[in-house]
Amino acid sequence: MQQTNEVAVPDTAYNFPSKNGYFGKFGGKFVPEILIPALDELERQYELASKDDSFKKERLHHLREYVGRPTPFTFCERLTAHYGTGRIYFKREDLCHTGAHKINNTIGQVLLAMRMGKKRIIAETGAGQHGVATATVCAKFGLECIVYMGAEDMKRQKLNVDRMRLLGADVRGVESGSKTLKDATNEAIRDWVTNVDDTFYIIGSVVGPHPYPKMVRDFHDVIGLETEAQCFETEGRDPDYILACVGGGSNAIGIFHRFIDKKHVKLIGLEAAGEGAETNKTAATFSKGKPGVLHGSLSYLLQTHQGQVELAHSISAGLDYPGVGPEHSHLFDTGRVAYRPVTDTEAMDAVKRCSMLEGIIPAIETAHAIAWLEKLMPQLSGDEIVVINCSGRGDKDMGTISDYFYGSNNK
Amino acid sequence: MQAEPKNMPVRGSSRMQKVFRNRKPDEKIMNLFITAGFPAKSETVDLILAYEKNGADIIELGMPFSDPLADGPTIQYSSEVALAAGLMMDDIFEMVSQVRKSSDIPIVLMGYLNPLLYYGIEPFFTRCAETGVDGLILPDVPVEESALLAEASETCKVPLIYLVAPNSTDERMKLVDERSGGFVYCVSVTGVTGARSGDEVEQSVNRFIERVNQNITRNPVLVGFGISSHADAMHISRKTDGFVVGSALINNIRENYGTEGWMENHLKFVRSLKYGELETSENTKRS
Repeated sequence: MQQTNEVAVPDTAYNFPSKNGYFGKFGGKFVPEILIPALDELERQYELASKDDSFKKERLHHLREYVGRPTPFTFCERLTAHYGTGRIYFKREDLCHTGAHKINNTIGQVLLAMRMGKKRIIAETGAGQHGVATATVCAKFGLECIVYMGAEDMKRQKLNVDRMRLLGADVRGVESGSKTLKDATNEAIRDWVTNVDDTFYIIGSVVGPHPYPKMVRDFHDVIGLETEAQCFETEGRDPDYILACVGGGSNAIGIFHRFIDKKHVKLIGLEAAGEGAETNKTAATFSKGKPGVLHGSLSYLLQTHQGQVELAHSISAGLDYPGVGPEHSHLFDTGRVAYRPVTDTEAMDAVKRCSMLEGIIPAIETAHAIAWLEKLMPQLSGDEIVVINCSGRGDKDMGTISDYFYGSNNK
Repeated sequence: MQAEPKNMPVRGSSRMQKVFRNRKPDEKIMNLFITAGFPAKSETVDLILAYEKNGADIIELGMPFSDPLADGPTIQYSSEVALAAGLMMDDIFEMVSQVRKSSDIPIVLMGYLNPLLYYGIEPFFTRCAETGVDGLILPDVPVEESALLAEASETCKVPLIYLVAPNSTDERMKLVDERSGGFVYCVSVTGVTGARSGDEVEQSVNRFIERVNQNITRNPVLVGFGISSHADAMHISRKTDGFVVGSALINNIRENYGTEGWMENHLKFVRSLKYGELETSENTKRS
């Protein structure tokens, strides 16, 4: 063996966030006074838990025995042949229990909630995947679960609404604002403000006030750790490219974080351009947004010329969010990660291509990353290793997929 | 009754100082919250001037935001109405200028950080100073995040007014007192703004007003969140300098706006908040 993965961390190593919760100039704790003591306590408890071997052991136990980790690292033979260059691998987060990476985080946070003695769990959800992952762990550990979901999203994602209900969650429709994820998040924060003493808020992405972006990242770090080991085992070296879709950005940070100091690995985040990054129907935060404050942190944000939050649009409900995690904003500004827009059409074509060539029906979110192969693969010379974080499976999207390809009659 | 000596705003504007200096021993300062542009852009200046004549001592003018996460549904609704009608930040400054032509009532702007960031921190504070804004309440900017506003606030002499909550530690209360100019805004119930039942309000107040009075020694204290009647107001503010009414005021506009003589009925409610239900002509301030 000519190389080991246990290299000493250099002094200049990437080490964010700062003590105050900043990734460069992004992040922070922009929340009402009432939440500050709660966030301070959460930060303290999380610090203690992360230094406690038994906490880690318990978390890893559930990830292995309940979530089904490690997830496979699949060579995509026909997709690779289709492009004729490089070698394409999928990190199979779609095979996690509940069908997406989201549960890595909810397992971690629910264990922390129990450690802190909180019995009431709240969450926000857009597409419903985080809601399902939260409802699942609450069912498993016997905790009360309330999920806020935009009324509009409840219509679009009825299957997930029913899954959450079946799991015992109280799904509360949010009728304010645009009735989508950002409004569900507002409502969850309001609930937390009101019930801060007995309630734990499980945030579903690397967004929100410190310490959430760090904590959620840490709970998804397992994706990158496994990828590194699996790629080394299969190929004997690191990947050349890692691709992941970015809404809030949790699956992307999960697979990127381990590789940030490995400059030879190119990292590409794909954001949802909707009908086009230059149009008004887009969720392409980096292409079109400016730094701003929403939901507790300073980060890139889609906004009007008066600083009001602009409605996002994407065919994928999971990427339909006007903000993005603060760590991504830092990685964007420093240029360590390249962020590129992918349209609804490109993503839907990728759903079909991936299904037919690999027998894997990806979530529409994930398909945004797969779609980038169209641009990337023709530029490669032949032996590059390209890893895509296959963050979720497409079962939940069958309604949208049916409408899109086969007309609503076949729904 | 307020414990003596009465707190005076340390860095508050002269208009703000005057309000607290002139406060009678048994009087409670009434701060009324109204969303700029609600129920309509053309009503805001008239409402502020009418509030002053009917008992308001301070006006808290809400800068509408699409995602007001520290506010309840009532204030969110009023913000949506104002934004849908196209309200701009410059409209708000124009309103303050208009009021200043005939009134010295302190005006505090309340809103969220993002529209301010977009406007630009320096231009924003400069406009505040030019038009006669007396302070700024930003519920999503706790003291630890105030650094980015500190310089402009200092230069333009437009102080920030911070909130304390029942779960704020003594240390935080002291810090808030040190950083605030004008008054300290005391959140009486754990929760977002919105009209609440008297019992719920009562329960949470006693627990920490005592702590507030121990720790907030440099600024007057106004209590808010959940006050919808004179009785609420007197009860909740009995050991502080005054109170803030927001959601109940907006709700009252919603009930009355568009009906015949709506303004008269609305102002009757305003007077009742300050003076109680018994109305005499003496209760109407003369300006």
